[in-house]
Amino acid sequence: MAANIFITDERIEGDDTENEDADADGPLAGRTVAVKDNISTKGVATTCGSAMLEEYVPPYDATVISRLKEAGATIVGKANMDEFGMGSTTETSAFGPTDNPAAPGHVPGGSSGGSAAAVAAGEADLALGSDTGGSIRCPAAFCGVVGIKPTYGLVSRYGLVAYGNSLEQIGPFGETVEDAAALLDVIAGPDERDATTRDAAPDGESYAAAATGDVDGLTIGVPTELLEGADEDVVDTFWDAIADLEAQGAEYHEVSLPSVEHAVEAYYVIAMSEASSNLARFDGVRYGPETETETEGNWNETFSQVRKDGFGDEVKRRILLGTYALSAGYHDKYYKKAQDARAWVKQDFDEALSEADVLASPTMPVTPFEQGESLDDPLQMYLADANTVPVNLADLPAISVPAGESDADGLPVGLQLVGPAFGEERLIRAASALEFE
Amino acid sequence: MSDDAVNPEAVRHVAELARVDLDDEEVEAFTGQFADILEYFETLDEVPEVEREAALTNVMRPDEERDSLDREEALRNAPETEDGFFKGPNVS
Repeated sequence: MAANIFITDERIEGDDTENEDADADGPLAGRTVAVKDNISTKGVATTCGSAMLEEYVPPYDATVISRLKEAGATIVGKANMDEFGMGSTTETSAFGPTDNPAAPGHVPGGSSGGSAAAVAAGEADLALGSDTGGSIRCPAAFCGVVGIKPTYGLVSRYGLVAYGNSLEQIGPFGETVEDAAALLDVIAGPDERDATTRDAAPDGESYAAAATGDVDGLTIGVPTELLEGADEDVVDTFWDAIADLEAQGAEYHEVSLPSVEHAVEAYYVIAMSEASSNLARFDGVRYGPETETETEGNWNETFSQVRKDGFGDEVKRRILLGTYALSAGYHDKYYKKAQDARAWVKQDFDEALSEADVLASPTMPVTPFEQGESLDDPLQMYLADANTVPVNLADLPAISVPAGESDADGLPVGLQLVGPAFGEERLIRAASALEFE
Repeated sequence: MSDDAVNPEAVRHVAELARVDLDDEEVEAFTGQFADILEYFETLDEVPEVEREAALTNVMRPDEERDSLDREEALRNAPETEDGFFKGPNVS
């Protein structure tokens, strides 16, 4: 199987002299970046992994793209992804699956699978993904690279094609923690085009400068609920990584987050509800695709036909379930309860982080699935997101860093560290300790 | 599509609300999957009522005139346009 990392291979030169904004001496001059295909690039197709947007060429750049260009980076292509970010394997892409360079024959994780695979395969130095419920951390863990999901509001979402606005953030991938942090330095910061961004500059010189590996005196909370559902060999690898941090001066204690038992259902109700609203805009009028069928006089039929042809199964599933959850008579039962669960999750994390500097768990409870293994049972796929979705519900930052390989199958295992809001430097410092042997 | 009775008619009804045409095989597959997923969502009933303290701040900017996307650019991705407008299907 071909790697199929990119949907569009076009290069966008940041240090091109034709680009006035570019800076040949910028912090990312000479560095290559793969960009997830739901981040708008002016003049370069942005498909979201969907047939619906196969021909769509944005007339403007996302804020993160303008910042990449200004920093002198070279974009090497638009990376494959689960359709509209909906999936954990990159298999729901309308452009075919991506192989995992770190574990051939297995999925790279998702939804930012192409981005993680690009870094793992050396096709790009760095990559941008987006994380609505784990879509950066899951592929980082599966491909053995580093991925950061920033605090909600640290990075502008202007130009990110929306799936679940209240949950998602754009974030960086790198081969090392310092690399990923250096990309975060470029994309982070307030943007008048995204009113949810906050001015939260790093305390130190930069995020990259925080990658010191110093964990002396760091207290790590380990939520027992996030170990319960994980495979034994994943848990073993996780504890080895904790022992490594302990040997460098960190301490750990177990904590309990009872609310996370309800995080997956709360996440899916909220994400699907937001998706049903966000994806209503794809009706074939403003972005294509061309309608083949001429329906006589009823525009609803025309829209329904375009959406039947343009969306894949997982996207239809989420739009329908979201429409249902928001419909009269069910809103209080599903959406309102999910918002209660979200507030509860936030409280639990705040409490646990008042007694620990960071919280640690396996990023994914399993090692990478084999290609094709998991497509038939959507609910089982959703449950694999148990450790990542609580972080999005709580709006907190998290990093996934390689913890080692599973003893059972030799496949990559990721360690997730979660910190307080805008505590990215602490996560970067702690995660980088695993890279210094 | 109440929780104990996810049936094909209910799936078709929601699909109509969402403006997504489904063929028979999709209706059949979704009926089974939605029953499983909604049963799982039922566990939200166990969530206690939670005091939500949203620390929200309004973010305002001055209401000043500024350039926007020009019309040609805005229309470039549309399959059909007419006289500088998007052209949609007929409204009956």
